[in-house]
Amino acid sequence: MIHFVLLISRQGKVRLTKWYSPYSQKERTKVIRELGGVILSRGPKLCNFVDWRGFKVVYKRYASLYFCMCIDQDDNELEVLEIIHHFVEILDRYFGSVCELDLIFNFHKAYYILDELLLAGELQETSKKTVARLIAAQDSLVETAKEQQGSISNIIAQATK
Amino acid sequence: MEQLKTIGRELAMGSQGGFYQSKEFLDLVKSIGEARSKAEEDRIVLGEIETLKRRVSEPDIPKRKMKEYILRLVYVEMLGHDASFGYIHAVKMTHDDSLLVKRTGYLAVTLFLNEDHDLIILIVNTIQKDLKSDNYLVVCAALNAVCKLINEETIPAVLPQVVDLLAHPKEAVRKKAIMALHRFYQKSPSSVSHLVSNFRKRLCDNDPGVMGATLCPLFELVSTDVNSYKDLVISFVSILKQVAERRLPKAYDYHQMPAPFIQIKLLKILALLGSGDKQASENMYTVVGDIFRKCDSSSNIGNAVLYECICCVSSIYPNPKLLESAADAISRFLKSDSHNLKYMGIDALGRLIKISPEIAEQHQLAVIDCLEDPDDTLKRKTFELLYKMTKSTNVEVIVDRMIDYMISINDNHYKTEIASRCVELAEQFAPSNQWFILIMNKVFEHAGDLVNIKVAHNLMRLIAEGFGEDDDSADSQLRSSAVDSYLHILGEPKIPSVFLQLICWVLGEYGTADGKYSASYITGKLSDVAEAYSNDETVKAYAVTALMKIYAFEIAAGRKVDMLPECQSLMEQFLASHSTDLQQRAYELQAVIGLDAHAVESIMPSDASCEDIEVDKALSFLNGYIQDSIEKGAQPYIPESERSGMLNISNFRNQDHHGASSHGLKFEAYELPKQTVQSRIPPATLASTEFVPVPEPMSVRESYPTTIVPSASSDAESTELKLRLDGVQKKWGRQTHSPATSTSSSTSKKTVNGIKQVDGSNTSNSSTWETYDSRKHVEINSEKQKLAASLFGGSSKTEKKPATGHKISKPSSHMVEKSHVRKSSMEIASEKKALVHQPPDLLDFGEPTVQSSDPPSVDPFKELEGLLEPTTQLGSTAAAATNSPDIMGLFTETPGGTHNKDDSDILSSLSKQPVTNMVGGATSTQVAQSSKGPNRKDSLEKDSLVRQMGVTPSSPNPNLFKDLLG
Repeated sequence: MIHFVLLISRQGKVRLTKWYSPYSQKERTKVIRELGGVILSRGPKLCNFVDWRGFKVVYKRYASLYFCMCIDQDDNELEVLEIIHHFVEILDRYFGSVCELDLIFNFHKAYYILDELLLAGELQETSKKTVARLIAAQDSLVETAKEQQGSISNIIAQATK
Repeated sequence: MEQLKTIGRELAMGSQGGFYQSKEFLDLVKSIGEARSKAEEDRIVLGEIETLKRRVSEPDIPKRKMKEYILRLVYVEMLGHDASFGYIHAVKMTHDDSLLVKRTGYLAVTLFLNEDHDLIILIVNTIQKDLKSDNYLVVCAALNAVCKLINEETIPAVLPQVVDLLAHPKEAVRKKAIMALHRFYQKSPSSVSHLVSNFRKRLCDNDPGVMGATLCPLFELVSTDVNSYKDLVISFVSILKQVAERRLPKAYDYHQMPAPFIQIKLLKILALLGSGDKQASENMYTVVGDIFRKCDSSSNIGNAVLYECICCVSSIYPNPKLLESAADAISRFLKSDSHNLKYMGIDALGRLIKISPEIAEQHQLAVIDCLEDPDDTLKRKTFELLYKMTKSTNVEVIVDRMIDYMISINDNHYKTEIASRCVELAEQFAPSNQWFILIMNKVFEHAGDLVNIKVAHNLMRLIAEGFGEDDDSADSQLRSSAVDSYLHILGEPKIPSVFLQLICWVLGEYGTADGKYSASYITGKLSDVAEAYSNDETVKAYAVTALMKIYAFEIAAGRKVDMLPECQSLMEQFLASHSTDLQQRAYELQAVIGLDAHAVESIMPSDASCEDIEVDKALSFLNGYIQDSIEKGAQPYIPESERSGMLNISNFRNQDHHGASSHGLKFEAYELPKQTVQSRIPPATLASTEFVPVPEPMSVRESYPTTIVPSASSDAESTELKLRLDGVQKKWGRQTHSPATSTSSSTSKKTVNGIKQVDGSNTSNSSTWETYDSRKHVEINSEKQKLAASLFGGSSKTEKKPATGHKISKPSSHMVEKSHVRKSSMEIASEKKALVHQPPDLLDFGEPTVQSSDPPSVDPFKELEGLLEPTTQLGSTAAAATNSPDIMGLFTETPGGTHNKDDSDILSSLSKQPVTNMVGGATSTQVAQSSKGPNRKDSLEKDSLVRQMGVTPSSPNPNLFKDLLG
């Protein structure tokens, strides 16, 4: 199972964290600091895996952003590497050539996407299309709500004039 | 493009204080992005927390405002700060009717709360309601929260609804319901044990997504109870067959592989089901063989499936053909340039050698290569493999390597692991005892605080017992070599406590045994230890006892004992120590020194630590005395349990004492009084002034010299001593005790002390000791020996060859390797594109130094704008010419560029090359950039949008705009 997902920038800034196993706020900070130090300092030609406190952390760098997932000893590292890539591809499809800035300003959307991909630390959906469809369904709701809100605020604005 | 517009719209809305992000929030993100230090970031976040605290508690906040606040809280908490003051507002949001708001609420609570949080009880009701909603999106949101938040206690509250949802018309809901049930099963298997059949049913779901999700819980169920799922083998095999034959919808394809994630899960399950079951395995052979053939070994995901196939093959009942395919795949992994594949290959090799050990032989060079690799992860994996293939023939090389590595690392977690592996291998396969001791010394020296104390006891026992053969001279040789090495090691600073204990014990026992060192030399060393590590009580206790042994041996040998002044001052210090244990040991030492040679020899026989102790539990030697006393009118002993209140208190104290000490002895101590009741021990008053004379002082034999023989024996010898011990007992408040109990309890206490130190080795190590002995009878498989000899016997030669080969090939193959890494890691089609990603890194890298110190450094946005307008110009050499100086400038500003190695391949390759090449490299990147024009443009549009809103990220970090996927 995946214990947590971390997105850290090249400068060590946290871009996204999702914890599937219980970690206290203190532990989380420690984990991020520790792993950030380990992963960011690794050279380019090395494995994408790191041993860490009896777990394994699989990471992959995309542009200046590191995607990390912590897994159990007996999980398949290459598979997790592809889960990361799967996630990035979905993000890319959603945002349209996704970049770090998209994730910074729309981190909540990245969370929603992640929630459709992983659940309780397991891969729940392997089809990009299905994930995209679900997210679109949720977004269309947002759109209609926005319109409503717009019209309501218009009405109010007019009424209060 | 359309999506881009959406983003643009949203960003634009942000500037108007619209939906998600107000200007305020964007400013926050921006200022954090620009923060140069963690401290600055923290200051900004703390300010934000203050603002939010104020805001969320204002009355009548509009919903959309509140939503933004909650998202800002999420952001704050993501950065590692405490946002708990806002949790309740997130919980409130989940109650909202609007899905939009609700969804944000659920997102926030799943991110904020762990399953044991108090607020969860407030959400359960909402979740219950939402699970019944008509809108499947609401149900999905609630199920997401269920997976994260529902704990063992609240499972029953939502369980019926979740089970109902398994039949929901929407597949997304069914899928999430399955995952939720799986979570319940993980949290409390008993709560859903009656629902397990649902998982089987969902395996036949029409939707492949639901089927795929069902494999997660089934994998877990199968791994806990294989036998109840044997009937599913056929189903799993047929599903896997259909998946491999591309019967699933195209949407499940991933990089041209048919549903690889589902294949992997199925292979995992089959591996469990086929383990040790020939019949089940036979059903799998065909399909696994098919997958081996069909897998595309050029893509990462194809290799992931291949690896899973190897795991499956090595787990199920062996099939020669499949093993062959697996071996082929492994050799392809190991020969690959990618470290990831090498790593997987080493891991797979470790699995396969259990079944076919001969396979390791052909890969020895690759294995040694990996062992020499600078990559820690790969190295550790290789050590794991070596650990699995250790035999008595190669143990020395492997353990030596492991220890070298252990010394070189700082990671305590792994150090512990590798130390315990070294110990295990050494115990199991040690070729000689000298070697064993040597290895143990190294382990203790470098990881002493991390190894189990039992390991030390084991070693003491080995030194004491020797080889277990009738070779006394070899034994004493072993001991004196141990003593030599320890005296040497004592000169080093900062020795781990466990190791010191061991050293003290050995020095006390054998320090003067061979006459090489004088008693005063050894005692001097021991008191140095006690002084140098004065805050370690255990070490001091070991040192005192060792001192006592040395003195006792001296006295027994008829030599006169002169206590060194430093020892004396040490003793004075210990006599007044706060630790009763130390105090007692010191008093015992004093007592022993005052005795004559004969008595001392009986108390502390030389080299007798291995003799068995025969404890006369019934204290039958006292019978005569008791009889005497009773005849003289003494009162019979009343057991403690029958005595009244005040004594019960002391009884408690007693209990405390034993509670703290070794478990096994507790019972003994309580039984003693009961037995003595029958033998009628005289009452308290009589004996408190006079100790029990013992007819046979040595019938209670203390074989471990660390445990002083109970006061009884020494009392019989000297009156002076008796008074002292009396004093001690008064100090401990045992006056009211009957002397018999006090003696017996102090006896038992002492034995506790003694046995506490040696008990572990006595009981638990006897077994390892036996295996140690039996090791010698193990016949060495000649074939294995050959293999190991070829693997590691000539290792020094074979190691060097590939290493130099590497060095030579490095510079020339650099570019190729780089592109390979890129390709494999990012799936980028052409090398050119790979290059495109590099230039911004240069800027990025320059950020900390260049940006602060160099005002003329390039503004990336200007550069980007330049790129945007004359797009056609980009490809031309003119553009390259104008732009390359900038990059050059950066190069000169980062002197040498040597420390940037890790930053990017380009940078390192450029810095290695002469200047002319640098220009060439820069030009090529420019050209490459042009081919990647559109993406740049996209980024620019985003940038201009951001700029419009007035939140231009002023830090020159174009990485933010770089496509993650490229």
